[in-house]
Amino acid sequence: MEDLLEILLELHPEVDFEVEEQLIDKGILDSFDIITIISEIADSFDVVVPAREIVPDNFNSAKALYAMITRLEDGE
Amino acid sequence: MSFTSYWFVLAVGVIIFLYYIIPKRVQWMFLLAASYLIYASAGWQCIVYISITTLVTYIAARVIDSLTQKRKRFFSENKLEKAEKKQYKEKIKKKQKCLVWMAIIAELCLLVMLKYSGFIGLKISDVFQGIIVPLGISFYTLQAIGYLIDVYNEKYEAQRNYGKLALFMGFFPQLSQGPISRYDDLSKTLYEMHGFDASVVALGAQRILWGYFKKLVIADRVAVGLNTLLKAPSEYTGVYFIVAATFYAIQLYADFTGGIDIAIGIAQTLGIKLKENFVRPFFSKSIKEYWNRWHITMGSWFTDYVFYPVSVSKTFLKISKRARNVLGDGIGKKVPVYLATIIVWSLTGLWHGASWNFVVWGLANCVVILISQELIPIYRKFHKRFKVADKMWYKMFCVVRTIILMSMLRMFDCFTDVTVTVKWFASIFINCNPAVLWNGSLLHIGLTVEDYVIIILGVLILVTVSMLQRKQSVRERIKHMPYPVRVAVWLSLFVVVILMGMYGQGYEASDFIYNRF
Repeated sequence: MEDLLEILLELHPEVDFEVEEQLIDKGILDSFDIITIISEIADSFDVVVPAREIVPDNFNSAKALYAMITRLEDGE
Repeated sequence: MSFTSYWFVLAVGVIIFLYYIIPKRVQWMFLLAASYLIYASAGWQCIVYISITTLVTYIAARVIDSLTQKRKRFFSENKLEKAEKKQYKEKIKKKQKCLVWMAIIAELCLLVMLKYSGFIGLKISDVFQGIIVPLGISFYTLQAIGYLIDVYNEKYEAQRNYGKLALFMGFFPQLSQGPISRYDDLSKTLYEMHGFDASVVALGAQRILWGYFKKLVIADRVAVGLNTLLKAPSEYTGVYFIVAATFYAIQLYADFTGGIDIAIGIAQTLGIKLKENFVRPFFSKSIKEYWNRWHITMGSWFTDYVFYPVSVSKTFLKISKRARNVLGDGIGKKVPVYLATIIVWSLTGLWHGASWNFVVWGLANCVVILISQELIPIYRKFHKRFKVADKMWYKMFCVVRTIILMSMLRMFDCFTDVTVTVKWFASIFINCNPAVLWNGSLLHIGLTVEDYVIIILGVLILVTVSMLQRKQSVRERIKHMPYPVRVAVWLSLFVVVILMGMYGQGYEASDFIYNRF
């Protein structure tokens, strides 16, 4: 989780990612941010996020993002 | 049948009336028949083309879905190891991928043949001589592709009823200029049984009236002056370019949002919810924000079905790795995102029209967005240093800057020959002639003083309504006002449309601009 928070904070240092749960709904993360996050996830976690996983539910919070990464790591 | 024809208005009245007196279980079938009848009035071929796309979509989606069900059954009936499951899943996915691509290619081939054959230099005119580009094909093709990809991604199951899918594709209010619907959104209300609710029908009718006000009173009035300038750009040089850019900004906004208001309003009178396509785009503080608020359903379609899949594709991940090795982490990781952005904007431009000016328009937008993206760190430093980001005057400056920039870029829409647009723009610096603004010349381009007064008042009303909308829907506000006030407001708007609208004898209400896309 700490690695993920580091990735997110590098993009938006002004956001409290441990609390914020509407990253997409509030427009905090845009499409460029999402692709950058996916690219960083691929590097740090060795997980490929397919396009079908790019839905607000998976990107609205750091927790949701981490849950997606864990799920993809398990190969589901 | 255009939204502005008498026949259309009459047809919509009859459809709404019949919709609520027929048995509720056949309402969706009635809507399908009505949609196809209205669509057929634009040419019987339109029905053939939309039926081909619907049939291809239906068959492909059903087969893809049946393969998904087969996989699920296989997994539940057999105890498999993780590796075995993965292998079987990949086998099924391969077949599904092949199917989804075949269907998408078939649909795009039809679109290219009908709309882009001239642009890509195909000599198929002997076979397709006299062919008409079916109204709305760009819109329903995107809906079909989105539906297919969603079924492939198992976002939802395929629709089993062919008629219901046909209605999703051909629902008449959205057919000619959007909004571009998603199946999971629209199907929530499209197939439901709807009882008559006077307040819902009234809200829909009010939205329709508001749409006609924008289209007939503002857009078509501005169009008269704009068309005069566009016919002779070499004659109307200098400051006329700025006048034309301003006129076009007003016309396009009033025309497109007016058309969408009518579409959403008609759907609402039938109890059906279409997606909003605009959120006060002229209040945007950057072009990126503008594109998140203008033609939202098109922008989100290209983001979800082109930008994301391309950006996270294996090819682009390879490009990303290679770019990082060669250019370093900082620039390297931006390469695939920026490449995907260029692809998306080229396609967005092409989607708007089969000519190079639209590609240039798309790429010009792309360049501005990418430059803005690169400037973000500088903006952050600037905002931190000068603390102006929350100041009203600075926000206003950003809004005005975006309006000016978008108005300039939009002019690439006007001429298929890009050099004409560039030369016309350059004439501002060569032969500005600002006296045009006050020496009466603007009264010789087909607009009278009364027309200008109506346009200015119309724009002021649009701005006021947009500002009020930020807190609450204006129609909802009016709904809670005393009855005489409500009647006075809507009756006044109706009278304004009737008396000041550009229609009837001596006028030819122009086609909606987005009909041609």
